[in-house]
Amino acid sequence: MTAETIRSSSSKQPRPISAVVGITLGSLVAIALVVGISVGIGDMPIPLSTTYSAITNKLGWTMVQLNRIHETVIWEYRLSRALVAVFCGAGLALCGAIMQAMLRNPLAEPYVLGISAGASTGAVAVVILGIGAGAVSLSAGAFAGAFAAFLFVALLSNGARGGADRTILAGVATSQLFNAATSYIVTTSGNAQQARDVMFWLLGSFGGVRWPEFALVSIIVGLGLIVCIFYSRVLDAFAFGDEAASSLGIDVGRTRIILFALTAIMTATIVSMVGTIGFVGLVVPHAARFVVGPLHARLLPACAVTGAVFMVLADIASRTLIPQQVLPIGVVTALVGVPFFSIILYKLQRAS
Amino acid sequence: MSIRADNLVWKIGSKTIVDDVSLTAKPGETLGLLGPNGSGKTSLLRLLAGLKRPVAGQIMLDGQDIGRIRRRAIAQRVAFIEQHATTNANLKVVDVVKLGRFPHRSMFSGWTNADDAAVNDALDRTEMTSKRNEAWQSLSGGEKQRTHLARALAQVPKELILDEPTNHLDVHHQISLLRLVTDLPVTSIIALHDLNHAAMFCDRLLVMQAGKIVASGTPEDVLTRELLRDVFSVEAHVSPSPYHAKPHIHFMR
Repeated sequence: MTAETIRSSSSKQPRPISAVVGITLGSLVAIALVVGISVGIGDMPIPLSTTYSAITNKLGWTMVQLNRIHETVIWEYRLSRALVAVFCGAGLALCGAIMQAMLRNPLAEPYVLGISAGASTGAVAVVILGIGAGAVSLSAGAFAGAFAAFLFVALLSNGARGGADRTILAGVATSQLFNAATSYIVTTSGNAQQARDVMFWLLGSFGGVRWPEFALVSIIVGLGLIVCIFYSRVLDAFAFGDEAASSLGIDVGRTRIILFALTAIMTATIVSMVGTIGFVGLVVPHAARFVVGPLHARLLPACAVTGAVFMVLADIASRTLIPQQVLPIGVVTALVGVPFFSIILYKLQRAS
Repeated sequence: MSIRADNLVWKIGSKTIVDDVSLTAKPGETLGLLGPNGSGKTSLLRLLAGLKRPVAGQIMLDGQDIGRIRRRAIAQRVAFIEQHATTNANLKVVDVVKLGRFPHRSMFSGWTNADDAAVNDALDRTEMTSKRNEAWQSLSGGEKQRTHLARALAQVPKELILDEPTNHLDVHHQISLLRLVTDLPVTSIIALHDLNHAAMFCDRLLVMQAGKIVASGTPEDVLTRELLRDVFSVEAHVSPSPYHAKPHIHFMR
């Protein structure tokens, strides 16, 4: 942030439209660039220009002659994967920011409501117990499990009436319960290979995602982003707690239901698709807050962009850190994220 | 009538916290709410601000039942300052004060000149203009309290409800906050611990004990030696102050 933007953000006048457009364009270019780099990296390196031409060809803007294999690899595998990473990163970061605001807890993240634990129970129920007899996919099982856990938390925390602390406790208890169920199923019914498969899935992978996954996640996260931004002033008003928000005219119960359900849908969709990728939802909101400040009208878009870029970079790292092997993405987000987060913590400490 | 409460009852579980309380506040007057710790002052203020629904009884704002008014409409006229409202978000003073404009803006409307004027006026009145860009975490206790008051003023309320607003303030800021609040052309209901301040600044006083109102009236009527002994368990002499003619309480050792 330059001195100029700091001054304009604190002055009385709202930020001029041109600055908003400029920042939006800059963010989109940054995302496009990391997606282009991600598409280019792999066993078969593809230059950025080829990727660009392949996209413009497909859109019918150009007719550049390209290597057919390149075009197939770009379209069938890498581009959809990179774009899914964009929306998953954006979605998890957004959900983390909303949870931190609603629960007024810097440790809150998308999985505090037991969604990841529920998803893993659902996944092992399908993979190991064979529930659904092959008609139910792992993703569908995970989604169902995630939502079951969310409803259980809602029940435990007394719907919308429980306060932030009670919601967190309900989430912790629910996570323990579902994790225990997962462990029980794996140890009593699973064989070693199944246990390994489940483990890999739990840590997150963009391996199997294609265009149908992209369509789903882009719609869910895209709509989620729009709804969140409408709620940005409401989230600001939660800064001093539920009672203060209520005295400013907010229907706290209704807002909690809407925003928790929204994050549950976004998180469950992402988890059921790519597994429980940790750390993004916890750290990206803090990093974004460090740069743009605590007001949600700026924080939420900043989270979406930072989360998207971070996730694509993590995906690149997961494919390149160890030759011939793909690391679980959750391992990379934590390995890359923790040192980065330490720097922020250190700087925050010095600033205060 | 600005606020009127009829036979309010509020309970936590089976314990009665507010017990059959009725009161009226006339437009523009300053009503002091006194009582020992745990007498139900905070609960009563929350009921009056519409933050809790009474178990029995009703609250009328200008003759309208508060239970039938939308939350946002209540917030457009009633501002409430909690006792210990803090945040871990690193908001600036002006951001906190701007929260007061929330009930006056729709979800889609932009920031208007009227919003700006209200925020600047609130900062001016609370002497926080020079601190408008300072971070919440860097403020002293008194500055935080004045920021809350500025936020409440930015709501442009008709009724202002304050729960022990002078806690943690030094004596200068206690006096200037009370003077500011009582000079405002709004109805204010203030829970206070300092009886001499209550006598100096409030038009009328209500005294609570164990959830009930045990005395009400002008400071002269309410602050008697007997009441101080019965309700607050202190021995004191009460006499008109030679400086401001309001009752002054001399506590005995």
